[in-house]
Amino acid sequence: MEIKSPQFKKNAKAALADEQLQKALSHVRSKFIEKRATAVRELDCFNELRDNAVAIKKHTIKHLDLYLERFEEKVLEQGGQVHWAATARDARGQVLDICRKIAAKTVTKGKSMISEEIGLNEFLEVNDVTPIETDLGEYIIQLRGEHPSHIIAPAVHLNMDQIREDFREHHTELPEDRSLEEPISLLQEARGILREKFLGADVGITGANFLIAETGTSVIVTNEGNGDLTQTLPRIHIVLASIEKVVPTLEDTSQILRVLARSATGQEMSVYTTLSSGPKRGDDPDGPDEFHVVLLDNGRSSMLGTEFEDMLRCIRCGACMNHCPVYHAVGGHAYGWVYPGPMGSVLSPSLAGIENTGHLPNASTFCGRCESVCPMRIPLPKMMRHWREREFELHLSPASQRRNLKLWAWFAKRPKYYRLFSRLSHLALKMLAGKSGRISFLPLAGGWTRFRDMPGPEPKTFMQAWQDRSTRDQPQ
Amino acid sequence: MSKPSSPRVALFVTCLVDLFRPSVGFATIKLLEDAGCKVDVPISQTCCGQPAWNSGDRENTRKIAETVIQTFESYDYIVAPSGSCAGMLKMHYPEVFAGDAKWMERANLFSEKVFELTEFLHDVMNVKKLKQKLNSNITYHDSCAGLRELGISKQPRTLLKSIKGVKLAEMKDSETCCGFGGTFCVKYPEISNSIVETKTENIESSGADVLLAGDLGCLMNIAGKLKRQGSTLEVRHVAEVLAGMTDTAPICDTNKKTVAKGR
Ligand code: SF4
Repeated sequence: MEIKSPQFKKNAKAALADEQLQKALSHVRSKFIEKRATAVRELDCFNELRDNAVAIKKHTIKHLDLYLERFEEKVLEQGGQVHWAATARDARGQVLDICRKIAAKTVTKGKSMISEEIGLNEFLEVNDVTPIETDLGEYIIQLRGEHPSHIIAPAVHLNMDQIREDFREHHTELPEDRSLEEPISLLQEARGILREKFLGADVGITGANFLIAETGTSVIVTNEGNGDLTQTLPRIHIVLASIEKVVPTLEDTSQILRVLARSATGQEMSVYTTLSSGPKRGDDPDGPDEFHVVLLDNGRSSMLGTEFEDMLRCIRCGACMNHCPVYHAVGGHAYGWVYPGPMGSVLSPSLAGIENTGHLPNASTFCGRCESVCPMRIPLPKMMRHWREREFELHLSPASQRRNLKLWAWFAKRPKYYRLFSRLSHLALKMLAGKSGRISFLPLAGGWTRFRDMPGPEPKTFMQAWQDRSTRDQPQ
Repeated sequence: MSKPSSPRVALFVTCLVDLFRPSVGFATIKLLEDAGCKVDVPISQTCCGQPAWNSGDRENTRKIAETVIQTFESYDYIVAPSGSCAGMLKMHYPEVFAGDAKWMERANLFSEKVFELTEFLHDVMNVKKLKQKLNSNITYHDSCAGLRELGISKQPRTLLKSIKGVKLAEMKDSETCCGFGGTFCVKYPEISNSIVETKTENIESSGADVLLAGDLGCLMNIAGKLKRQGSTLEVRHVAEVLAGMTDTAPICDTNKKTVAKGR
């Protein structure tokens, strides 16, 4: 996927002016937050579970090599195959090779952000393999030729009427009098179309929420059951997963599952939790003939041992973006790459390079709400600050900003001059405010006064007033 | 740490209070003195260093932090009328010195003595009741750093509710950011504006006549937006109301007639 993060400011402006988008985002602003809050309130031990989940992931990441090897061993034992992909390109190539071996024409797909990360759909299309998204949200945005704007709710930027129009346009056999008023009717319409596709597909590709080292099992959670059909009906099942998805045991998985759905959608559990361990065995009634796991690194192993290692704990629940005021304002597309919101502002620079994604860790008020709801207790603001440090060190931050900062710091380190500096600033502000008590245009801070007034200062700075008072109070 | 009966408290004024609204500083001093503290204002203080810290400039942050610690560490407590600055001193300073054991220890000892004003009054000085009266309908915005870094939420509310005549009208989403974010509001003005618009909408629908918060940055942002929208709401720092010092015109206003005087 092409990186549009350098145009973040432009994207954000367009998003703010987009009425449809703003209407759609109001759901994120309220529904997701309420549902999570209720789910968390109803489970007394939620925070203890969080601590356990964090401990499990920390341990796994410390011994990542060991658990990955163990996972591979188990997959092989069960007759599956593991493909190690160092880069996005490797992963795309491996998927295509598997498809080509059976001259696959169509591929059904469960929801997978890794697929977005490696740009799989576009790649398959140019290689004459048709990918069909089967998650309703993904299906809709595939019709529209868009990318997901949220990691768990890919079409959250759309309103019902937009989706209805898309269906009318693309489902040409749809009778005109067929009502699509209710969300359920849209779902049924998509299901009807997808049934055919499921049956005709040669390969099914899913993501993975967890890879269990102990058993060589991949786990997905969905609410529509599309993942099950994607992986059991075609001849080949490919699991596309990044390396940090591995956890040691089944027990560990079930611990983390308890915080995942609650944090994501406020459900106790997602509707379907599907475990796949290898291809169909002799007496299995159904299942794929071949089971492949493509294990993607794509920059993750270089986060190990750095200040960004904690990010590898992320379980992609989406809570951080659901609670982010910036995401609420501009939605997911403005971020310009696969992963939006706070988790993306930390992860994208690691995967796509800070030189391409410099805005992302800066476009945060550091309000800290993301960290406070993250089930994995990932210190997102702290890591965004680390990216800002890297940018500062590499001289990537804008020159004017660096100059102002340098000047300000010079004063801040010298109390005497700082007093002078604040007196002069105070004088200037007083002049600009005049008698009105507020300033409606402030040079150098046009961004502020374009949208709001700046209060005028009181007659003296605190330090002046304090010193006056101290002299006055002094016994003569 | 056992509490001295009449602790020596250093006021960390904060840049914004120094520059824009000294009344908040004087209100803070009054509250601390009424609670039995001996208050001092070290005059060589400048800034907590947050602008450098959040811009990724570790070196300057460190130098500023060293000066702050040297200036303030001899006091029993350091109190700031800001959750954001107190959060910087308390939660971030130890991290600024990561890798330097000697300074880290100093920063940790210093950090234990730092408090935000309402937190200090309520939790350390055990102030639960204030004597003055004030007939007004107040809504309180939880500033992010105070709320999430320091866990401040009930302290200002308990103190406000103890004032005879005060009614608290909670706004929707009082815990949501106002969009200030330090340099964020000038780097990404359109986004900041959209966030503060949501905030002012919630403030207006609370039905309150007065908006209070514990951080001048947020207050200037919100007051500036409310004024631009033509609102008549009165905006003040919580310290002014707690201290009963509401003679100064509200933030972004010249109208000296205030709710405090029985509007
Ligand atoms: S960073 Fe935390 S809150 Fe955000 S998606 Fe990952 S696990 Fe969920």
